[in-house]
This record gives sequence, structure tokens and C-alpha cells, in this order.
Amino acid sequence: MTAQLQNDFSTMKPNQPWRPTPRKMVEDILVIGISAVLSPVIVHFTGLAGISGNVLTFFVLSLVGSIGISYSRQGRKAVGNAIATSLIYSSFALVMLPLASILFTVISRGYQSLRINTFTQDMSLTQPESAFDQGGALHAILGTLILVAIASAISVPLGILTGLYLTEVKGRAENLIRFLVQAMSGVPSIVAGLFIYSLVIIGSGGHYSGFAGALALSILMLPTVARTAEEVLKLIPNDLREAGVALGATQWRTVVMVVVPAARSGIITAIILGVARVAGETAPLLLTILGNNTTHFNPFDAPMSALPLYTFNLFRTGLNAAISRAWTGALVLMFIVLVLFIFARLGSGKQK
Amino acid sequence: MDILKQQQTEQARTTSEEKVTKPEISSLASVAADRSESKGDFVPRRPGAGLEAKGVHAWFGKHHALANVSLNFPSGTVTALIGPSGCGKSTFLRTLNRMHEFIPGAGMAGEVLLDGTDIYKSGTDVTKIRLKVGMVFQKPNPFPSMTIGENVLSGIKLAQLKVSNKDDLLEECLQRAGLWNEVKDRLSAHGGSLSGGQQQRLCIARALAVKPEVLLMDEPCSALDPGSTLRIEETIRQLTESVIVVIVTHNMQQAARVSDFTGFFLSDGGPGQLVEVASTKEIFSRPKDERTEAYVTGRFG
Repeated sequence: MTAQLQNDFSTMKPNQPWRPTPRKMVEDILVIGISAVLSPVIVHFTGLAGISGNVLTFFVLSLVGSIGISYSRQGRKAVGNAIATSLIYSSFALVMLPLASILFTVISRGYQSLRINTFTQDMSLTQPESAFDQGGALHAILGTLILVAIASAISVPLGILTGLYLTEVKGRAENLIRFLVQAMSGVPSIVAGLFIYSLVIIGSGGHYSGFAGALALSILMLPTVARTAEEVLKLIPNDLREAGVALGATQWRTVVMVVVPAARSGIITAIILGVARVAGETAPLLLTILGNNTTHFNPFDAPMSALPLYTFNLFRTGLNAAISRAWTGALVLMFIVLVLFIFARLGSGKQK
Repeated sequence: MDILKQQQTEQARTTSEEKVTKPEISSLASVAADRSESKGDFVPRRPGAGLEAKGVHAWFGKHHALANVSLNFPSGTVTALIGPSGCGKSTFLRTLNRMHEFIPGAGMAGEVLLDGTDIYKSGTDVTKIRLKVGMVFQKPNPFPSMTIGENVLSGIKLAQLKVSNKDDLLEECLQRAGLWNEVKDRLSAHGGSLSGGQQQRLCIARALAVKPEVLLMDEPCSALDPGSTLRIEETIRQLTESVIVVIVTHNMQQAARVSDFTGFFLSDGGPGQLVEVASTKEIFSRPKDERTEAYVTGRFG
């Protein structure tokens, strides 16, 4: 009898037999729960104190608990696994904690003076201690956008071309360029600011401008973009380059039509990292754009403001209202960077 | 009587099972013979046209990988290059369309004549050579950022060729690569969504779209299942009407099935050399060199 292929499997349901049983899950939760309850008790009766004492006790208790429970389930070989798992989860929590704390602080404090006019007015007619429905960060928002745009316009093409030189051209200067790019990524941001200050601003007779600030930022952005672009281009298999060249293409057309599109998502990541590197820079801007309170579109003729500088200058006044405005500046800066990231990710996500 | 017959067949079966990795020389020869009979005497497409290697040597840095290979590939033929790993077959193949120089530190000597002109002559436009001498690689490598249709036509765009009707060319190439029926409804899907065998046929279609005179294939079926291999072999047979095919293969049955001529390469520790070249039928039935015989019967390699 020939086996007829059965086509009706509607009664079958997918299972996950590899998942922990409810009993195991309850046990795991109990370990965490008992540790959480016990640790304040232990802290109360011992010399330990404070949040860090609690966290430490909780960590030790849950580690001991999970080691014990793994040992009872699978013996000695499971103990190493339990320790590693506990360490990984604790490290994750340790990293997330300050991040969440920063986010919470900036949002809760920045929210207080956040008004519509934060985005529509500048500080030219407003004192920092005025009511929050007057004045805003428009000049700083525009300044940051203009600076980042100019810095990107300089550094992104240069950085990607540098990456292409290192991975595709592999010219004689390959190692020298790679070394210089690595050295450049270690340049402190204030040094970049001083360099542009002495070269551009003193050179032009004390003429502070947004463009000078953008130049300083592009010095910081270039190595980040170049190194990341190199890393992602290196991941493109050589097969693709050979396939392109074997079809009768020049190397340049292969790079533009095959290699770069294949690395598109990674190259967008390189740009994001570059923007993230410079959007929050304050030190080089102090020396190059100086800061001001009026909305200013022309990056070439006069001092400008930017969100980090706006935040810094308001903090320095020491006035409560000004400090609140400074938090708002920080919040808006974080929001702008977030929006840029989302746009970039959407752009790279299309490739599917 | 019946019992005796049964015993004999059983004995025959066990012996053939023992030799499953060592095909009998006569069986491969008969495969090759069937092939050449069905094809009959081929008529060269253009008299004098073709590809010819004269005394080709190849180096990787100081390592002399290939020595003094002279081989003629007449038009309308399929030539199989066989031999153990590391004997220089693939290196030789890559000297035929100047892909060898793509490897840093590569060197070569000798001449490769395409339609009578040395492709290594100074002043030669290497991109034109690669347009005429296409290549299919061991691992399917469709362009990941392009759709199936774009992949097929990528050579046109990459080499900046003019084509009057792209849709016709697309269909023609996919038909010739034996892939049209499977992908005609999803030409805008990504190349990576195809199975391995389909991807390799997509790469063949891509190589055909620029109308090469020669197609070099570097173990094109080594990662494929038998069904896909069969489809690609059929494709190769159909291609001979207009294209010279040179195929590197580790599969002796494949060489016997698809090729008109077979060249056997061998390296004895030194640079790889061409031991023997003859019609495929001869190589698999009465090779002149005992090393060739040892290899094709599976006694080594």
C-alpha cells in the first residue's frame, strides 16, 4: 500500500516541550521573591545599610538560591550555568539602572518647564528666571540641527570613503590611515575645539560662528563613522565583490551597486553612531560657537547656540528657574537624538 | 537455476555497493559515450573562435600553484576540469577571465587567447574580457540588496550595457537557466529567499544576461541537492549552442554526463599541472596516463 500524504493536520497544536514547567517557574520566582523579602531583614539585623547593602544582600541570596536549586535539579554541572546566568542578569540590571535613572531624572525635571514655547521662542527677550510660558530653546534646537547637519555633511562622505579606502582600495597608505583614524578617535573633544579655535577663529580675527563649531564636531565624528563603516564593509563577503567584477563591472561600480547597498544597514548605523557622538558635545562648542540667545540661521557670520551649550549656560546661572530650563534643554536634546535614530532605523529597515 | 541467478544478482549488488564511491571505469565511459552519441558531431559556431590557454603558469606570492597548462576550448563544447583538491583547477579557471589577479600577491605567465587575442595583452580592457568570459562560483552569491529580477539584470547595469527589451532578456535568461517557471510570479522577491539550488541557477541566469562567449563554472553543484544538480547539468547542455562552457568538478559522474572534453590536473607537491586532456569518452574508458586512470576509477584522490 502506498502511503497517501495526509493533508489535514488541523488537530495538531504547536507545543514548546523545551520550556520550563510551571513548577520550575514557581521555584525560580520563589528564589527571587524569598531573596527580596529576606535581604531587608538581614540588612536590618547586620552592619549593612542603605540601598547598596540591600542590593548586595539580594544578589548574594539569589545567587546562593539559584545555585542550590540548580544543584538539586541537575547536579554539579548545572552550578556553573546558574552562576553565569545570575552574573549576566545582574550585569544587565547594573547597566540598565543608571540608564533608567538618567532617563527618569531628565524627563521628570525637564518636563517641569516644557511648554509649547520651548519650541517656538528663543531667549532673546526673556530672562532665565521669567515665567516658563515665556522664552524657549528654539535658537538652541535650530543650532544643534544646523551644526549636526553640517558636521554630518562633512564627516559622513569622508568617513564612508575612508572606510571604502580601507576595505576596497587597500592602497599603500592603508595601515597608516587606519592608525590615524584610530588615533583620531582618541582626540579629546576640547582639543578638537582648541584646534578649530586657533585655526579658524583666531585666523579669522575672533569671528565665532556655527560653521567653526560644525568643523570641530566633524573632527570628532569622522573617526567614528570611518571605523564603523570599515567594520561593516569588512563583513560583506568577498564573493559579492568577485561576482560583481566577474560580470564585467569596474571596481567602482561594484562597490557602489553591490558592496555599499549590501552594507546599507550597517552604514546607517555608522552615521547614527557618528551623530550620537557629537550631538551632545559641549566643550568644543564653548570655544567655537560661543552661544547666544537669538535665533540665528546663518552658520557663517555670528555666534550660535546649541542645546548642550544652552543647557550648560543656564546651569551656570545658578537660578532655580534657569536650571529647570536647562533640564528641558537636556530633555529636548535626548528627544532629538531619539528621533534621528528612529528615522535612520526606518530608513535602514526598508531593505528586506 | 532461479536460485543461481538470484545468488549472482545478489553478489553483483554487494560488489556494486562496495564500489559505490569507486565507480567502475566502464560505467562512466558508457555515460560519456551516451552523451557524445546523442550530441553527434558538433559544428563550431564560428570557425576559429574560441578560448585557448597557452603555457599558463600561476603563482600566489612565491607559491607556484600552476605550471605550463595549455588547453584549447573550441566553441560549442563543454570541457570538464577534474583532479584532486589543491591541484590548481580553480586557479586555472580564474586565469581564463582574469579573476586570478583579484587575489593580492597573484602572478601569472603565459597566454590566454580569446578569439585569437591574448586577454593579458597590455592595454586590454579587463572589464570587456570578463563580460565575454562569465563566471559562476562554487557558492551561490546572488546580490542580497537586489530582487530576483534585478539580480538577473544586474550585469547589464553593472557593465552599463544597453538592452532594448529588459523583460524579454529577463525571461530568456531565466528560461535558459531553468528557473523561469519557479520564479516568474515572484520576480520582485529577494534573491536570498530562494533555495540554494535556485540561487545557483539565478547566478547562472545573471551570468548569461550579459551574453558571454564563455562561461566558467567553479564546482557549481558542490553545495546542491541531486535534483538541482540535474537541472543545472541540463542547463549546461543547452548552453553549448551558444556558449563555451568550462566546468571544474569533483564529481566524476558529472564530468562524464556533461562534458565533451575532460582535462585531468594533478599536483605532486609542486605546482599543479595538466596530466592529460582528451575527449571525455577516452578519459573515462582508455586514459593514456596511469595516474588519470587511477583517479577516474577512484583508486586515489
